[in-house]
Amino acid sequence: MVTATKDIWAILKTVPDPEIPNLSVVDLGIIRDIEENDDGLIVTITPTYSGCPAMDMIEVNIKAVLEDSGYKDVKVNTVLSPAWSTDWISDEGLKKLKESGITPPQGKADKRILQGDFDGIPCPLCESTNTEMISQFGSTACKALFRCKNCGEPFDYFKCH
Amino acid sequence: MDRSLFNYLLRLADDSLILGQRLGEWCGHGPALEIDMAMTNISLDLFGQSRSLYQYAAQIQGEGKTEDDLAFLRDSWDFYNCLLVEQPNGDFAQTVARQFFFDAYQFMLYTELKKSDNDQLAAIAAKSLKETAYHLRFSREWMKRLGDGTEESHTRLQDAVDKLWRFTAELCQMTPLDEEMIEKGIGADLNVVRKEWDKEVDKILTEARLKLPEKTVMQYGGRNGVHTEHHGFILTDMQYLQRTYPGLEW
Repeated sequence: MVTATKDIWAILKTVPDPEIPNLSVVDLGIIRDIEENDDGLIVTITPTYSGCPAMDMIEVNIKAVLEDSGYKDVKVNTVLSPAWSTDWISDEGLKKLKESGITPPQGKADKRILQGDFDGIPCPLCESTNTEMISQFGSTACKALFRCKNCGEPFDYFKCH
Repeated sequence: MDRSLFNYLLRLADDSLILGQRLGEWCGHGPALEIDMAMTNISLDLFGQSRSLYQYAAQIQGEGKTEDDLAFLRDSWDFYNCLLVEQPNGDFAQTVARQFFFDAYQFMLYTELKKSDNDQLAAIAAKSLKETAYHLRFSREWMKRLGDGTEESHTRLQDAVDKLWRFTAELCQMTPLDEEMIEKGIGADLNVVRKEWDKEVDKILTEARLKLPEKTVMQYGGRNGVHTEHHGFILTDMQYLQRTYPGLEW
């Protein structure tokens, strides 16, 4: 085996999140560890939400893409601790969220959860903070549904978590 | 196998599974699209939590069984969920009241379990707590909106509170299993949970202009596997596929 761990990270960057496909699993911060040993390769991942229905698919996709790149015996291990946080989304990930019309999480997760997560959320299109929440839960558990009172567009907000 | 820990995990998992199943019944029937999505999202979180707990329980059991065996192949008397979560959805007000009483309990419970000496349980609690914080915010807001809303919404929610209050004492009922789990540094002290739960419930009921029923005979049984008649119907619906086609997979 000749590739270095940093190449494995590069390969994993091509695995999309099934629910927000322009983000990779690396952007999302759910890859926690990569370990190579004599028995093969162990990739450790953590779910965004307990009930995330995409986890099985992510596992299959990670295995497939690594095996296509010549790795044998790829094992995907799931851990719950430490619990995933939106703070782990990469800067590139935050940028990509906005580009796809989803307002990225605003501020640090622990503060936001304590102080209320839904004030002054900017519209991803016109940047106005004159917005209102329509529903705490959007098309997936990780998003809330908002409406911009300035440009009138509805949009998704990726909640702090 | 550590039977006490196994039973304790089942109890936590069963609460989430049964309530998740109940909320799932709203799918496609919510009073508005956004509420429909919110309730099914909460349902999904609860299923996810119960999966983590059942997986761990199956591991403790050590008989090679899986989360699916525990969810789909046990009978009613082997379920330890509280009676509150198995109560029918009723109208939206009844669903909201049930959700609020339970979310407040689960939020305080996970806050305590996060400190458990059992690393796996502490990890599940820490993960779930983040989700439950959003559930509580949802049900709390709807309590206020309906309770302090129109005459119709107020009446309906007050009816729901009157109807469901009898199932709330069981949430924080201390049993010998709880005593044992506290002693081992694994479980939560439900007296602490109850104190915080009371504070939250008092505050929100006051803001929502709701009153507690004066005379209530509290109902118990779920923690011992003795359920209301609704439980069997939930299992019939939920377990049908695995019972009819054993081992069926997607």
